[in-house]
Amino acid sequence: MSNIIVLPLIIPIITAVILVFLREHIMLQRVISFLTMVFISIISFVLLEVVQTEGIIKIDFSGWLPPFGILFVADSFSLLLVLTASIVTAICLLYAFSTIGEHHEKMFFYPFVLFLIAGVNGSFLTGDIFNLFVCFEVMLLASYVLVALGGEKVQLRESLKYVVINVVASWMFLVALAYLYGTVKTLNMAHIAERVAEVGQDPMLTTVAILFLVVFSLKAGLLLFFWLPGSYSVPPTAVQALFAALLTKVGIYALFRTFTLMFPLNPEVTHTLIGIMAGVTLIAGCMGALSGRDIYTIATYNVIIGVGFILIGLAVGTEEAISGAIYYLIHDIIAKALLFLIVGMMVYLTGETVVKKMSGLIRNYPLFGWIYFLVMLALTGIPPFSGFVGKVLIGIGAIEGENFILLGIGFASSIIVLYSLLRIFLASFFGETIISLEDEKKIPKGALSSFVLLAIIIVFIGVGAESMSGYIDNATRTLMNPSIYIEAILKGGQ
Amino acid sequence: MESLMIVLVGILVSVGTYLVLSRNIIRVIVGTAILSHAVHLLILTVGGLKKGDVPLLSHSGGPFTDALPQALILTAIVISFAVTAFLLVLAYRTYVTNGSDDFQELRGMSDE
Repeated sequence: MSNIIVLPLIIPIITAVILVFLREHIMLQRVISFLTMVFISIISFVLLEVVQTEGIIKIDFSGWLPPFGILFVADSFSLLLVLTASIVTAICLLYAFSTIGEHHEKMFFYPFVLFLIAGVNGSFLTGDIFNLFVCFEVMLLASYVLVALGGEKVQLRESLKYVVINVVASWMFLVALAYLYGTVKTLNMAHIAERVAEVGQDPMLTTVAILFLVVFSLKAGLLLFFWLPGSYSVPPTAVQALFAALLTKVGIYALFRTFTLMFPLNPEVTHTLIGIMAGVTLIAGCMGALSGRDIYTIATYNVIIGVGFILIGLAVGTEEAISGAIYYLIHDIIAKALLFLIVGMMVYLTGETVVKKMSGLIRNYPLFGWIYFLVMLALTGIPPFSGFVGKVLIGIGAIEGENFILLGIGFASSIIVLYSLLRIFLASFFGETIISLEDEKKIPKGALSSFVLLAIIIVFIGVGAESMSGYIDNATRTLMNPSIYIEAILKGGQ
Repeated sequence: MESLMIVLVGILVSVGTYLVLSRNIIRVIVGTAILSHAVHLLILTVGGLKKGDVPLLSHSGGPFTDALPQALILTAIVISFAVTAFLLVLAYRTYVTNGSDDFQELRGMSDE
């Protein structure tokens, strides 16, 4: 049974390799890649159900028992993220079918998306920190290609900076790994946690922890987000949506794992630092979103605000805050994908990127306009939609933890999010229409269905938050009590 | 021996950092390559230099050298090799398309 944990990593890789040989058969590529993502979604849902009844499951590759071998671990937290990521990828592929263009499709677009998702799923599932590095690299190499694919001037220019930044970040990851291995002599996450707990988190280990914080912050866009707006606004829309939905979230996941499982013992230093970084990120993100004049800038800075808000949950670290952060993380993956898909579609329909040059879109495309309105409300955290529960829980957690500054910044940022997105709504969707009936472009059916699907999921998460609470509670329990995780890995037997 | 290695790592890191901070693309790429060599040596050193025999049961009865750092370095070398190759191709395409190999000119502020 536990063998199927590896499928979310291995199936995309195998399919991607097969798709490379089907270069000319675009229809076949589309069908296979979409079915692959649907299949992985189903598998991860099944695994999620199994974890609810049987507890954490793991697979030790080639029978090397922990702490010696590499292993994959599936707990509710990672499986929830694998499930969400796979569903969102499937929907982004649906959007890509009708918009990405034959040139991209023949240049191995689908294989690279599958490699990307393999890296993302691997990062979520691995239980070994060096393997986390490798999965990060798989994901990053695919993302390098996806940013540059198309070969336009801006794309190449921005991708070069993106790659160099990430190479340096990966280098720092290796430095942190070297010191960690030198100090605790193990790479298995559960075993690291146990060793760190045995010796107490001395200053050396705290330094290593902060090095990891810097590395994952670079990937997550926490404070060190200077590379993000440039590189997220150049690739095609479907790729942007995938990046906004998944790449920063992998960094956030790594931060949660590192600071709840491996280095939770010195919160005065590490968690305070995360809190300060989250606060500054929120403020800087809000400034960027307010000052932006084109919709790409506003949307990318909204990604940064989202990152800052989720990390408040980790910085506060109470049970409510962590479960709120998990809710918000899942919501953010879906809502940011939808936001970027809509923004890309707006640019496609009008040929403009500046907010003020667009007007009256809702007259031409009523459904499209109202879906934008819905995602705006969801990102702000208005009740029936998905952002609400997460925001409330993080708020409760911040009050419990008596962290009122972060509470204030967090909720003030919601108003800025509302303002920045409402400005787009008022300027671009309302008002005189600029597109006459003759040259009105149709929204492709695939794109429209992807909007509707994501919107349905947003409503479902908001209304059906109760049905998700079992999974989220389980995930929170594991994060709050690292001993559950450690025991499942080291004393699980099998 | 360890201290000598650490000094070497320090020199490599400073050279790499100097190169990464320069404006020329090729220098930056060479800088990242040197940085990756530095970290490989670092992993080898902090993992403990040769302390015992080869870790094969048929060859000796111990104490054994820790073989894991080598495995880590091998993986890291392969990854950094792939990334550097990709980066060189990307730099070449950027140079051909944008007509410059200077990061200052690739800032992209003027034409937007």
